[in-house]
Amino acid sequence: MEYSNLRRQIICMKKSLFDQGYLDEQFNQLEELQDESSPNFVEEVVVLFFNDSSRLLTNIEQTLEKYPQDFYQLDSLVHQLKGSGTSIGAIRMKNECSVFKAHCNDKSLEGSLQKMKREHATLKKKLETYFQLMRQAGPRERAVNSRK
Amino acid sequence: MASCKGLGGEGSAPAPHVLAVDDSSVDRAVLASILRSSQFRVTAVDSGKRALELLGSEPNVSMIITDYWMPEMTGYELLKKVKESSRLKEIPVVIMSSENVPTRINRCLEEGAEDFLLKPVRPSDVSRLCSRVLR
Repeated sequence: MEYSNLRRQIICMKKSLFDQGYLDEQFNQLEELQDESSPNFVEEVVVLFFNDSSRLLTNIEQTLEKYPQDFYQLDSLVHQLKGSGTSIGAIRMKNECSVFKAHCNDKSLEGSLQKMKREHATLKKKLETYFQLMRQAGPRERAVNSRK
Repeated sequence: MASCKGLGGEGSAPAPHVLAVDDSSVDRAVLASILRSSQFRVTAVDSGKRALELLGSEPNVSMIITDYWMPEMTGYELLKKVKESSRLKEIPVVIMSSENVPTRINRCLEEGAEDFLLKPVRPSDVSRLCSRVLR
């Protein structure tokens, strides 16, 4: 009974992540790559993403504080963030990065940065909850979600 | 899932060895997983420089798949170095990029790239490559 409750929560949570636009089809592609030889693949990749992205956001913030602004460096950092976000299906992060890039020549960069940071923090919390549920459900749930 | 087993022999042939080059740890992990699920043997490195070091010591690389935008050495520069080397030039090189820039794509193809993939790379892209590039 406990398991089916967890399953329901997981399905609901995943649906909501997709419906609210946090994740897209690419996340499904990652889940399909998960199998017995790499049962925690998706969580591992997501952890890699948050390690990378936290570092990139810090670098972006530091670069913004420099004067004169190094737009080339900023563009490169945001490009990297956008790229790895896309690779895990984090579509809202990807869109925030595009907005940031578009504003690179405006004065409104600080606002864009704060939006990007908020988006990042929200996604992190939601995915941490999702993977916590997955871990509670155990290997059975991972098998259900992976490649048949 | 499509696989590349059985190339050149009946099960005793070793899996083709693919060298994956990408400075993003996320993209390296995803790409390696896609390649392994298509039965390739994969070595993933984070720069063109490391790729060339590996190519210097490892004789049996069947294909190189590299990101375009990397610091220090771009995928295009790596492609050029491979094609300029008498020892390495026969190795098929595939370039990946998150940006669809026709001039960039043409430049890479003219320089001898086998294919140009848009990121995020899908398993279907890889199985398509497999049948075309590693005959």
